[in-house]
Amino acid sequence: MKYVDEFRDPAAVRALAEELRQATTRPWRIMEVCGGQTHAFVRFGIDRLLPDGVELIHGPGCPVCVTSVEVIDRALALAARPDVVFCTFGDMLRVPGSTTDLLQVKAAGGDVRTVYSPLDAVKLAQQLPDKQVVFFAVGFETTAPGAAMAVHHAAQAGIDNFSVLVAHVLVPPALEAIAGAEDTAVNGFLAAGHVCTVMGTEAYRPLAEHYSMPIVVTGFEPTDLLRGLLACVRQLEEGRAEVENAYERAVRDEGNPAARTMVERVFEPVEQQWRGIGALPASGLGLREAYHRFDAARRFDLPPGEGREDPECRAGEVLRGVCKPEDCAAFGNRCTPDHPLGAPMVSSEGACAAYYRYRRTA
Amino acid sequence: MSFDPSCPVPAPDGPLVTLAHGGGGRAMHRLLAEHIGPSVGDGALRHDGAVVDVVRDGGRLAVTTDSFVVTPLFFPGGDIGKLAVYGTVNDLVATGAEPRVLTLGLILEEGLPLATLDRVLASIRSAADEAGVRVATGDTKVVERGKGDGVFINTTGLGEVPSSVEIGAWKVREGDAVLVSGDVGRHGMAVLSVRESLGFATPIESDCGSLLPNWRALQAANVVPSCMRDCTRGGLAASVVEIGGAADVDIVLDEGSIPVDPGVRAACEILGLDAVHLACEGRMVVFARAEDADTALAALKSVEPSAARIGTVTEGTGRVWLRDAYGGERLLDLPLGEALPRIC
Repeated sequence: MKYVDEFRDPAAVRALAEELRQATTRPWRIMEVCGGQTHAFVRFGIDRLLPDGVELIHGPGCPVCVTSVEVIDRALALAARPDVVFCTFGDMLRVPGSTTDLLQVKAAGGDVRTVYSPLDAVKLAQQLPDKQVVFFAVGFETTAPGAAMAVHHAAQAGIDNFSVLVAHVLVPPALEAIAGAEDTAVNGFLAAGHVCTVMGTEAYRPLAEHYSMPIVVTGFEPTDLLRGLLACVRQLEEGRAEVENAYERAVRDEGNPAARTMVERVFEPVEQQWRGIGALPASGLGLREAYHRFDAARRFDLPPGEGREDPECRAGEVLRGVCKPEDCAAFGNRCTPDHPLGAPMVSSEGACAAYYRYRRTA
Repeated sequence: MSFDPSCPVPAPDGPLVTLAHGGGGRAMHRLLAEHIGPSVGDGALRHDGAVVDVVRDGGRLAVTTDSFVVTPLFFPGGDIGKLAVYGTVNDLVATGAEPRVLTLGLILEEGLPLATLDRVLASIRSAADEAGVRVATGDTKVVERGKGDGVFINTTGLGEVPSSVEIGAWKVREGDAVLVSGDVGRHGMAVLSVRESLGFATPIESDCGSLLPNWRALQAANVVPSCMRDCTRGGLAASVVEIGGAADVDIVLDEGSIPVDPGVRAACEILGLDAVHLACEGRMVVFARAEDADTALAALKSVEPSAARIGTVTEGTGRVWLRDAYGGERLLDLPLGEALPRIC
């Protein structure tokens, strides 16, 4: 298939793996930020082609995984209301809240619908004028422009029965929290390529400089991952700490100006609670005052989320790169995709799900 | 703001199915005499029971039942009627049977246009004719509007397994070759694309079809498979995982050799789905002794050129491994439920 096969070519992959082996003289711990990258590494077995010196630390870049249980509880409460049609990306359906999940709410009679685009939810609101249509706006900078567009469109068209429950998160503050942590295990980052497609690369320069860590913008195919690692290892070996773009075919330094403008028009940075990490200043997006009337959290009187998590789940440590999924005692026995204790076992981008799906041997 | 070109006043659908059509009275008899009977043969209405001559000369009776609830009723490459016939025919074929008769259970939703029912019935008829099966008896019920999805269909199939044929997971041995009768995942993606209005530039057509020609080709080539399994829900992965578990062997599939239509592959990349987990409705996985593998492949290819040899049975405990292009192996498992498209 054009645009995919050339980036999965076995000969090219082996050549890059060999180049990486030759470039590595010391041990390095490199975090791939995005859960999509974690899955690609494990699915294609690229992590098994790495030289001994290069260790991957799986990052927090799974939007489903870092959404706090309190927010999920609010989503569940909203979805159960008879006047509400609750629209969500498919990934969120099975994420456990304190007591239940969206699929259970749907089975009990809640009107929960999977959409592929936030604009589909706006269309639904037009078709169902007697209902309140709520879109669950989760995701990093990649999905925020779509949500912003939906709100903007609803405002322009005067669609008053549409609102969004916002749980958007931003990558740079999370990188800063990980790089700046006293016990940080990370020497360098592979930045999430698709986030940079939207936001560009400039936000990473002060981070690379301040924490003396290379940050390499990286794609998602086997040769992309290896090129990102190679660039990162070369910087580390040479003592450089720069922002480098190894995903040139998709990412420009300025990102996507039209998408950024739309996000900035509708949203502003707010403090956000991250599951497993805690509250980080200016790490999430909230609706600007002009769009407050589309904020589901303001429109509906929502009970404060219970926010109960399973005590055995080590999702927080997995998300910070402190432990690997297999280090968790519950992994693969008490916690499986059929009975997930935490979000990383549910999401198609969660590290625990990736290990369970591709690495389990028993 | 997008412009919706459809007419706001829907065109009349013509006569509709009403609750009276299921009431056992004159309306029901008219439905049977004017719609169902002419389409699928009067076997379906003469009596609730039928006496059929299925098994001769020491053969064994094969029986299967399946219910069909697909939305939408019509999709690129097929419809619920065709699906209801071939789904059951293929289940019989996978046991090594010659399909003989079907029963046809229809659950109709009040308000279904009779013209739609006629289209479904015509499709049932043409599929049954092609597969050489007869509708021997049937049943029709009507449920209130909102309590069905237009049409639900149940078919039960009876067939004869000749005494010379013995096919099943218990016959699978270490060293067997694994083949698939054609490219996988098309039905699942075809239905998903219309259900979610994905609007691909090149429409993806379902593989919905009979596996009888494939089975006949194997027989003509004197190949006796150890096991055959039609791939339906859960796709190729579910069929292979089930057989591996039942036979208590490991199965190693070569990921690169699994045939996937380029359009399906591209759609999978976009949606974050894996073609091996997507439903097929006209494909089967065939296990054959290694020495028969080339002959079996040639026979399967004579019916469907995309057929391929995709793996080997090894000693083990019921696990299925996918070997990737870089020499690594990963476990192939069943997904929990329906595949959920990812966020980004």
